[in-house]
Amino acid sequence: MATEEDSAVKEPLDLIRLSLDERIYVKLRSDRELRGKLHAYDQHLNMILGDVEEIVTTVEIDDETYEEIVWTTRRTVPFLFVRGDGVILVSPPLRTA
Amino acid sequence: MLFFSYFKDLMGREVTVELKNDLAIRGTLHSVDQYLNIKLENTRVVDQDKYPHMLSVRNCFIRGSVVRYVQLPPDGVDIELLHDATRREARGG
Repeated sequence: MATEEDSAVKEPLDLIRLSLDERIYVKLRSDRELRGKLHAYDQHLNMILGDVEEIVTTVEIDDETYEEIVWTTRRTVPFLFVRGDGVILVSPPLRTA
Repeated sequence: MLFFSYFKDLMGREVTVELKNDLAIRGTLHSVDQYLNIKLENTRVVDQDKYPHMLSVRNCFIRGSVVRYVQLPPDGVDIELLHDATRREARGG
């Protein structure tokens, strides 16, 4: 009775459902990114991720040379609840080299 | 309601709430509501030297909208249960 509904991809949230129990990439506000396994989500894009790596990107401007120094801070968290209002986009993980 | 139910099951466990202002508070999850407002007991700020504002605070109410992350205990998660609940919730929406 419900199987047809389960596999039908009708709206954007259904695309996220396809990534359940898969690794995903999440872009957040404040120049943050997450890579982890999607365990749960809701219509607000609140999520629970497992084995998460968070990457925070910071840009410093040198006072003298005015050059932009871009650096990233990484950390890992075993299980993380992410509040949906910080989420910008959700995607399968991007393959970088 | 999915995460509301999840957090209700997690009551009594130790969590670390990271706020949007970068403050991280570790404490015991005392209660939660439908807005995912959180009440923590026995709280300690994670980087006490950097954020001395709450040195003497042991219990607090955190508005749900100011939360960025909640770091969960690794064994506080029944993954299969979450997957099933998510599929049901997603279908209903």
